[in-house]
Amino acid sequence: MAVVLLAFLVAPTVMIVIVSFWGATEYSIYPDFQFDNYEFLFGSPVTYTVFFNTLKYTFITWVLTLVIGFTVAYFLAFEVRSLKWQIALFLLCTIPFWTSNIIRMISWIPFLGRNGLANSTLMSWGVIDEPLEWLLFSDFSVILAFVHLYTLFMVVPIFNSMMRIDRSLIEAARDGGASAFQTLRHVIIPLCKPGIMIGTIFVTTLVMGDFITVRFMSGSQRANVGRLISNDISLLQYPSASATAVVLLITVLIVIGLLLRLVDIRKEL
Amino acid sequence: MTTISKVRYSRRSLLKTGGAALAATTLSAPMVWGQESRNITLRQFGTGVSNLNEVAAKVKEDLGITLEMTALDTDSVTQRAATQPNSFDIADIEYFVAKKVWPTGNLQAMDASKITNYDKIVGIFRDGKLTPESTIAQGTAPHTVGFVEGPNGTDFVDNESGWMTLIPTIYNADTLGIRPDLIGRPIESWTELLNPEFKGKASILDISSIGIMDMAMVCEAMGEIQYGDKGNMTREEIDKTIAIFTEAKKNGQFRAFWKTFDESVNLMASGEVVIQSMWSPAITAVRSRGIPCVYQPLKEGYRSWGGGIGLSASLSGMELDAAYDYINWYLSGWVGGFLMRQGYYSAVPETSKDFMTENEWGYWFEGKEATDVITSPFGDPLAQAGEVRDGGSFHDRMGAVACWNSVMDENQYMVRKWNEFIAA
Repeated sequence: MAVVLLAFLVAPTVMIVIVSFWGATEYSIYPDFQFDNYEFLFGSPVTYTVFFNTLKYTFITWVLTLVIGFTVAYFLAFEVRSLKWQIALFLLCTIPFWTSNIIRMISWIPFLGRNGLANSTLMSWGVIDEPLEWLLFSDFSVILAFVHLYTLFMVVPIFNSMMRIDRSLIEAARDGGASAFQTLRHVIIPLCKPGIMIGTIFVTTLVMGDFITVRFMSGSQRANVGRLISNDISLLQYPSASATAVVLLITVLIVIGLLLRLVDIRKEL
Repeated sequence: MTTISKVRYSRRSLLKTGGAALAATTLSAPMVWGQESRNITLRQFGTGVSNLNEVAAKVKEDLGITLEMTALDTDSVTQRAATQPNSFDIADIEYFVAKKVWPTGNLQAMDASKITNYDKIVGIFRDGKLTPESTIAQGTAPHTVGFVEGPNGTDFVDNESGWMTLIPTIYNADTLGIRPDLIGRPIESWTELLNPEFKGKASILDISSIGIMDMAMVCEAMGEIQYGDKGNMTREEIDKTIAIFTEAKKNGQFRAFWKTFDESVNLMASGEVVIQSMWSPAITAVRSRGIPCVYQPLKEGYRSWGGGIGLSASLSGMELDAAYDYINWYLSGWVGGFLMRQGYYSAVPETSKDFMTENEWGYWFEGKEATDVITSPFGDPLAQAGEVRDGGSFHDRMGAVACWNSVMDENQYMVRKWNEFIAA
């Protein structure tokens, strides 16, 4: 186990950190120890905009996936009574994941387009007179795709936590005179914390590391950190890409560190 | 090794003096090697433009060489040529990419005396001039990176030294694509890309090295910037250019940016965009869906590009000979005809003529009215009788090139500014 981790996790990460101090020319990279890459990164206003964008996408996606994911999990765990139906509906949620996530993402494009299904339907209902331009190639479409792609990562761990809740606790709360909301607030949510936290970590890391969704759904008009890195790589600027990757890695680790301070997953599991 | 290079050297000297003996040796060579190249496999990579399975099938049939093709996007092609020299035998790259890749030493110079049709290659790739009166356009004109001083030359030379970096294969003149049905009025200038009339309906390509050129064509046409050389801008020129486009982006001028061929086709075909930077086969693809799309000639001229085949430095012996056979075959006409029927140009147009009908040659090359339906090599009808190619004849189009795709001295700076533009 240690060897596997060392070879496939630690070594590549160390490599990225080392390369981030190297220099680059148009067509090659050379070993060096310089801070140019970081200097440029922190000196450029683009970096801050792009990191801000990344965090913005992450936060909004997190809120939406949490609300939707929690609701779906709640329905599956508490509203659906028979185990057979629970399993059936749960499997239904996973069906879209049998296709590639690129396909699921791209299929939004014709749907949301100027002459797409959404606009033509709304126009035929008389809700709008002009096609809505902001449906596609906007922050809206980026976040829509993120939520669509990653909600399941919220549903699964939360559903798992909910299924472990001892039903007698909920009965006890009801017997004690708690309203449905009070039960949710004081019994279910606290007991779902580990699930919520695991889902949060999934969604946060997936959204922060993404580049392809942002590129396709914004029509290349928006940027997040992943796109910055992929641009650098495609232009052979590996050291600068590595430096950005290192900063992103540290940012993600800080976010996860903060989350873990809120909930001690080991203890809760 | 020394003997081989001596032999080559003597052939090269022969070329310079010229003579019938030379013609005999070079012509007989492919036949001799043709027998031995039966079982040879050559690995080629390039952009999707010319990496076509039909070419691989035909070369197998004619020469027996197995060609393994890998199609990548422009940036990945550069990356591969520069960083993975052992992953290919033949690099099908653009001339401006050669400027980046040549210094890595991953490619070897080619002996022009072994190229049968060398003398027939279009002037653009030799002395830079289409006709003796032509002026050379700005940017990385192919002839400026087409030759090195000798077999191991590292610096480009400005004359026909007999040692070529790339053998030109395919090239074209690019302009803006428009949807005439959705615009409904004539488009004549590059300035229209930023015309507020097309707010939210314009697009530009997100490949920095090419996109910046299209931007420059627009800014110059608007009279906002006078460039010393659009293909080699100063930092100040880059700043101004990007600033104009950033403002337009913030005002919502662009619907999207595209990076791959099919993205550009979809943007145009779906009507999301009515005017954008585009490549010739993308126009063809939109039209073959029955949607009107014009590759609009503009008064300021075209932005042009050219691709060529380069040989990996590690090629030697039989593989190297097979590669020369392949190149000679490439220029002998069949591929040229195949490419020209898609709207590109061949480096040796006259050999392609034999592989095209008179109607096709007239339409694609001479800019004449089609006398019958023009179909693509894949059988899709592209034009009806009586239609004329957008932009006219070869000389009209290639003679109106304003700028070549290029790599600037300030490339890294430009790329950073480009990233700012995308993130803005």
